[in-house]
Amino acid sequence: MKYEPVVRNDTSSAVAELRHVSKRFGDVEAARDLNLSVAPGEFLSFLGPSGCGKTTALRMLAGFETPSEGEVLIDGEVVNALEPFRRPVNMVFQSYALFPHLSVFDNVAYGLRQRRPRLSSSQISEKVERTLDVVRLVEFGKRRTWEMSGGQQQRVALARAIVNEPKLLLLDEPLAALDRKLRKTMQIELQDLQRQLGITFILVTHDQEEALSLSDRICVMRDGRIVQIGTPRELYDAPASRYVADFVGSSNFLEGSIESVAGGRAEFTDVSGHRFAGQAGPGVEQRVRGTLSLRPEQIRISREPLDGGHPVTVQNRIFLGEHTEYVVRHEKIGTFIVLASRRAEDREQPLDAGTRAYIAWNPDAALILRAD
Amino acid sequence: MRVYTIAVYVFLYAPIAIIALFSFNAGRHASDFQGFSAQWYGRALSNPFVMDALETSLIVAFITASLASILGTLAAVGLQGLRGPARAVFDALIYIAVMIPGIVIGIATLIALVTVFDVMNPWIESLWGDADGAPTLSMGKGSLIAAHTMFTMALVVIIVRARLGTLERSLGEASADLYATPLGTFRQVTLPLIAPAVLAGFLLSFTFSFDDFIIAFFVAGSETTLPIYIFSSIRRGVTPEINAIGTMVMLASLVLLIAAQLILRRGDRK
Repeated sequence: MKYEPVVRNDTSSAVAELRHVSKRFGDVEAARDLNLSVAPGEFLSFLGPSGCGKTTALRMLAGFETPSEGEVLIDGEVVNALEPFRRPVNMVFQSYALFPHLSVFDNVAYGLRQRRPRLSSSQISEKVERTLDVVRLVEFGKRRTWEMSGGQQQRVALARAIVNEPKLLLLDEPLAALDRKLRKTMQIELQDLQRQLGITFILVTHDQEEALSLSDRICVMRDGRIVQIGTPRELYDAPASRYVADFVGSSNFLEGSIESVAGGRAEFTDVSGHRFAGQAGPGVEQRVRGTLSLRPEQIRISREPLDGGHPVTVQNRIFLGEHTEYVVRHEKIGTFIVLASRRAEDREQPLDAGTRAYIAWNPDAALILRAD
Repeated sequence: MRVYTIAVYVFLYAPIAIIALFSFNAGRHASDFQGFSAQWYGRALSNPFVMDALETSLIVAFITASLASILGTLAAVGLQGLRGPARAVFDALIYIAVMIPGIVIGIATLIALVTVFDVMNPWIESLWGDADGAPTLSMGKGSLIAAHTMFTMALVVIIVRARLGTLERSLGEASADLYATPLGTFRQVTLPLIAPAVLAGFLLSFTFSFDDFIIAFFVAGSETTLPIYIFSSIRRGVTPEINAIGTMVMLASLVLLIAAQLILRRGDRK
């Protein structure tokens, strides 16, 4: 059975918006000057470590926290003072927060039963059954939630929220409690569900892989601020700062100073005195401290000397299946992580620890960023 | 060590066992066992004084338990929203209410009520106009229920609060997120989840009120509850009839207390 997507006449306006939103808890500033606009049907993630303000941002959208400053808008209306039970949004809680005294069916029906004027019980059971079908739990309606596995509880929590056809679905680290394999499966289900329903999703997560694989856009947060908003590809290829480069994917970083900037390119000298060229990141200026960021998969490694290469000693080799990770050390510059694909590696004898080798990279792959 | 342990248990339970045993005594003296008989149970249950006292005790215990569970639950839910020093003060007051000896509560309630009645009665008389027909406030079931409710309410608050403490805060938030008003959340989520604790509080309050002698002795006025009846009968000598009543009261209390424990434990498992 197909789930009807929410009909929206005006698709140009934002579903949710934060305008200069700040939140203070006593002396702690949990969110500072957040500005964000979420388009209908979008899958947006708040990404950051714990305490970065991402959950506070989500709770302000749900109505559990009131902003200290600024405006929260849902569907073009300021909702700062609107109680949670009057907001057209639903949330999937990190702990699921399923009602232990109710069956799966009654958990899912809970939101529908609060509606005034009342829905008839046949309307309610039809909607509940249809939603249980969407999350593949049709036969579980009579079960108690605490008898179910983590993945099943997760799907009940999802069903309980989407049955209400909210304008906005808020997900607070919904997959954090699941094991790795189940998490992968649920990520795919979540993405399918979002495309199928056309509901706007806002996900809070500290898992960069999850954010990268699910989101249309990611909002990277740090210390209560939004540090960069962009598509996963933009964040990966053009991080605005070392913090983003470090948090989204992994990277090799060299500390040093920026010598010159011209035409989107920059010259950089690291602390050992080696000069490197690279792409200039946003806000990069001459003669300030900077960081050179280099993704591990952008580095070539070879036993034979490479053009413009650097001599290194292999310190460690980790077999990762599809890839092999090398930890190599240059006497002056320091340690690099190199990720070689299996195909690239097969051409040579494996480089064991202690082997002399050479690494090189395309200058376009090196990104020169402002130091944080 | 084992001898010592056995001695403790014998010392604790032997008198109770003897009471139960002698309630089946065929003879009329409590200290001289002359064969088994259930006649004293029949006598006790057909004694109008015993039945009157039992009725008073049951009415007082039921109303006390009902009031204490309602007021105690509301107080516990209200206290849940309180933070900081105000919370600490209320917490302390509730624990003190449980720890104050019954005799102090009895005397204090007696003095307080007598003082209030002395002020109120002339005032009511003057309002009534006719001095003879005017209702007068006096000690009785009302004062007994008031004193028992005050004491047992604190018990209910402590039990319900313990249960509330185990509930996830996100359950209330989830309910609000699913469009339930605060009252709707209380009715549909909070109350069903704390129901076992409320019921256990009801049973404990009932048992306490039903068994209480000390507070009742001071504030019952002319009313006779079962414990007061037993006390006054004993002054005329212990008969197997008293033993039979004592055994029945003990069994009823034990059943209620065990039921309260089972309900609480079942509630915790969920």
